[in-house]
Amino acid sequence: MPVLELREVSKSFGGITAVREVSLSVNPGDILGLIGPNGAGKTTLFNLVTGIYSPSSGEILLDGRNLAALQPHQITNSGLARTFQNIRIFGQMSVLENVMIGRHCRTRSGILGAILGMPGVKKEEKETRERCLELLDFVGLDVDPDEKASNLSYGQQRQLEIARALATDPELLLLDEPAAGMNLQETKEITSLIKRIRDAGKTILLIEHDMRMVMGTADRVAVLDHGTKIAEGSPKEVQRDPAVIKAYLGDEANVVA
Amino acid sequence: MLQQVVNGLTLGSSYALIALGYTMVYGVLRLINFAHGEIYMVGAFIGLTASQIAGLPFAAAMVIAMAGAAVVGVVVERIAYRPLRKAPRLAALISAIGMSIFLRNLALAVMGPQTRAFPIPFEVKQFTTGRLRISSFDVLILLTSVGLMLGLHFLVHKTKIGKAMRATAEDKETASLMGISVNRVIAFTFAIGSALAASAGVLIGMNFNAVDPSMGMMPGLKGFTAAVLGGVGSIPGAMLGGILLGMAEVMGVALLKSEWRDAIAFGILALVLLVKPSGILGRNLQEKV
Amino acid sequence: MMISPYYYQLLVIASINAIMALSLNLVTGCAGQLSLGHAAFMGIGAYTAGILTSVYDVPFAVSLIAGGAVAALAGLIVGLPTLRLKGDYLAIATLGFGEIIRVAILNMGITGGPFGLRGISKHTNLALAATAAVLVYWTMTRLMNSRFGRALTAIREDEVAAVAMGIDVTRCKVLAFVISAAWAGVAGGLFAHWFRYLHPSSFAFAASVEILSMVVLGGMGSLEGPVIGAVVLTYAPELLRGVSDFVSRHRMLFYGALLVIMMLVRPQGLVGAGVKGLRAARLSKFQGFGRLQSSKLGQWIAAAMEKVHWKGSTGSDDSCVVNEHVSGLAIGPGTGSTGTGVGRGGGEENAGS
Repeated sequence: MPVLELREVSKSFGGITAVREVSLSVNPGDILGLIGPNGAGKTTLFNLVTGIYSPSSGEILLDGRNLAALQPHQITNSGLARTFQNIRIFGQMSVLENVMIGRHCRTRSGILGAILGMPGVKKEEKETRERCLELLDFVGLDVDPDEKASNLSYGQQRQLEIARALATDPELLLLDEPAAGMNLQETKEITSLIKRIRDAGKTILLIEHDMRMVMGTADRVAVLDHGTKIAEGSPKEVQRDPAVIKAYLGDEANVVA
Repeated sequence: MLQQVVNGLTLGSSYALIALGYTMVYGVLRLINFAHGEIYMVGAFIGLTASQIAGLPFAAAMVIAMAGAAVVGVVVERIAYRPLRKAPRLAALISAIGMSIFLRNLALAVMGPQTRAFPIPFEVKQFTTGRLRISSFDVLILLTSVGLMLGLHFLVHKTKIGKAMRATAEDKETASLMGISVNRVIAFTFAIGSALAASAGVLIGMNFNAVDPSMGMMPGLKGFTAAVLGGVGSIPGAMLGGILLGMAEVMGVALLKSEWRDAIAFGILALVLLVKPSGILGRNLQEKV
Repeated sequence: MMISPYYYQLLVIASINAIMALSLNLVTGCAGQLSLGHAAFMGIGAYTAGILTSVYDVPFAVSLIAGGAVAALAGLIVGLPTLRLKGDYLAIATLGFGEIIRVAILNMGITGGPFGLRGISKHTNLALAATAAVLVYWTMTRLMNSRFGRALTAIREDEVAAVAMGIDVTRCKVLAFVISAAWAGVAGGLFAHWFRYLHPSSFAFAASVEILSMVVLGGMGSLEGPVIGAVVLTYAPELLRGVSDFVSRHRMLFYGALLVIMMLVRPQGLVGAGVKGLRAARLSKFQGFGRLQSSKLGQWIAAAMEKVHWKGSTGSDDSCVVNEHVSGLAIGPGTGSTGTGVGRGGGEENAGS
């Protein structure tokens, strides 16, 4: 069973259809790259999957469960985590606290327990802390965990965001243009991190504008243009697809290619 | 019954004048201007001074009150809001509430706590047909409100600055890229909103023959309720919301007791927030992700 | 150690104000949601507790808890619909709610309406008020360093990201609001059994603004900030009373200016919040340090007040005059217009230590 399945999902705003009858499935352990030119509907699709929008028609299934009835925070609880294109870390909190927020939905300590300092709460806090330190290590973020998160560099903040998302124990990780605004070296590091996350058993949906990055990372690639899926296949297949070339480069592409 | 409709329209149109200021400022800044009720109060005091002390005729007093309040509104924006435009929302809200308290108590310190009489500077005629009584002042309130709203509609839809206002409300960054001076548009929005509030202050002050430093709080809250009812950010919504709120209040007082007057407005506010926070004509303002 | 009745009273008021500021801080400072009706919750607690002991002979301790519980219930009723919405609506809704509560108390029979509620016996003393304040401080320290406190901070920092992390934002906000209201209700019960007389104007909008000013001045989101803000703003008006009549009469004018200026110049308050403040608090928790620190804080406050006392009073006569002012400006009909904050309370002679 696919981890994530979209069945003929459409979304329109007013009279404009941003996403039209897109079907897509992401299989366990895959890195699916979702590409498309600006305005192709990638972000809308992303917001549909994370529950910020609800589809006008069609179904979105996570592990076979329909997401329609769930609120955005419940979607995270059921195993889907995301990062943001324009980084959204909790700037005034420490690096470690940012990651610990990710554990929120996997921990249970209540208010009363915290006030009374129950042993169970202390134990859970300690475990959370250790787990989050491990995650920081895993994403390769080598900074003082007590550092204020807003003091990190751009690339480090992206790593922190990924660590935070991983802390929610997702089955499916959605990465929204993780290489945006990064230099070549940082892009390389992120690419290798994405592969390491996959090797750790996670499934990844990667939305990216930069075609080269996707081609080097994804197992399969789906291409959106004007809200519809125009191609899907291995990176090689997609690269040769005339419809894709046309969408990306315009009609004269044939001449150049 | 018809009498209630007339009374509701009169009250409602003044609420609408206040609601417009909230809605316009919210449109461009996404901020509730808590000091708006106080601008209304300042307008009433300026009008009172111009009319009583300087002895100016109604129209002149009104224009001076509107101009004076516009200046105060722009100054408030410059001091308390502009430096915080990029700050967290909470900071701007606290600054706004601080400004509101400051203005109210400044008026209290300068003018004293007593309520001042604000007589209508011309003779008021009563028209009676059957059981319906309309005073010439009711007519004046309605005409002034309608005139100002039409003027605002023209300003927003037919002039260059109106276009700039709409563009800024839509997307500040893009607007500034298109060569619109966002600062100037926001200042202008405050000026217009404040002038409209001042006109309501003068009209209501004369209607009840009373002006005092804390007069802004309740109409301020009701103007906000009217703006929410109509849909915050929507100019026609503010007009509609004001009229509806005025009607509801007059009808409610007729059916219940007059002590419940203020509770009606808040009941409506609570209901709208629960059922349809975007209001009647409002769009759902979704945060961009 | 003997404290003059005047300072004894000020310390009681400072303790009650500290509870109010700390509890408001949970909602406004930690979770970033502006509430403008905090004094109304105090009023609910004060009237509930006051009526229970004076009319129904309920034990004082029970009345305190009942006051907190009723206030918490009111918090739930106000918070549930409004906290789903954006922060601005909460500000307006709490403002409106505060006014409704005031009007409701004015129009009810059992509250004494505009004549106030009389005949409450004196049960509150400094030991009790200070213990309660320390208890609240300690509770808040624990809360802010817990899973729940982290979630609140995340909501303040970025609500969209908090949702994406699986945090039930509305639930957290409502919980914070209810806890905050409950403590305000308890503070109200203490207030009622200190002044033995209640009037609706003590819990009006002006009082809510005064509490907000304490939080903002001290530092939103920190734990020491609201306490320091409460102490400063309880004491400052008394200090200024002798200096300038204008200042003491128009306190609200300065609170308004204070809110604007703090936001422009020093939004983090005197103490400053953020990671640093929280980390210090966390440290104190792990070393079992909390109680010591708060008592240290208490010592510091006492020392500071003594110091100001030296400067402020030139003789025993002066202290007497000021004391009369405190009693003279009792909460009562007609004093509501210029803002009757918590610090304005008074009326009955107060017992020494």
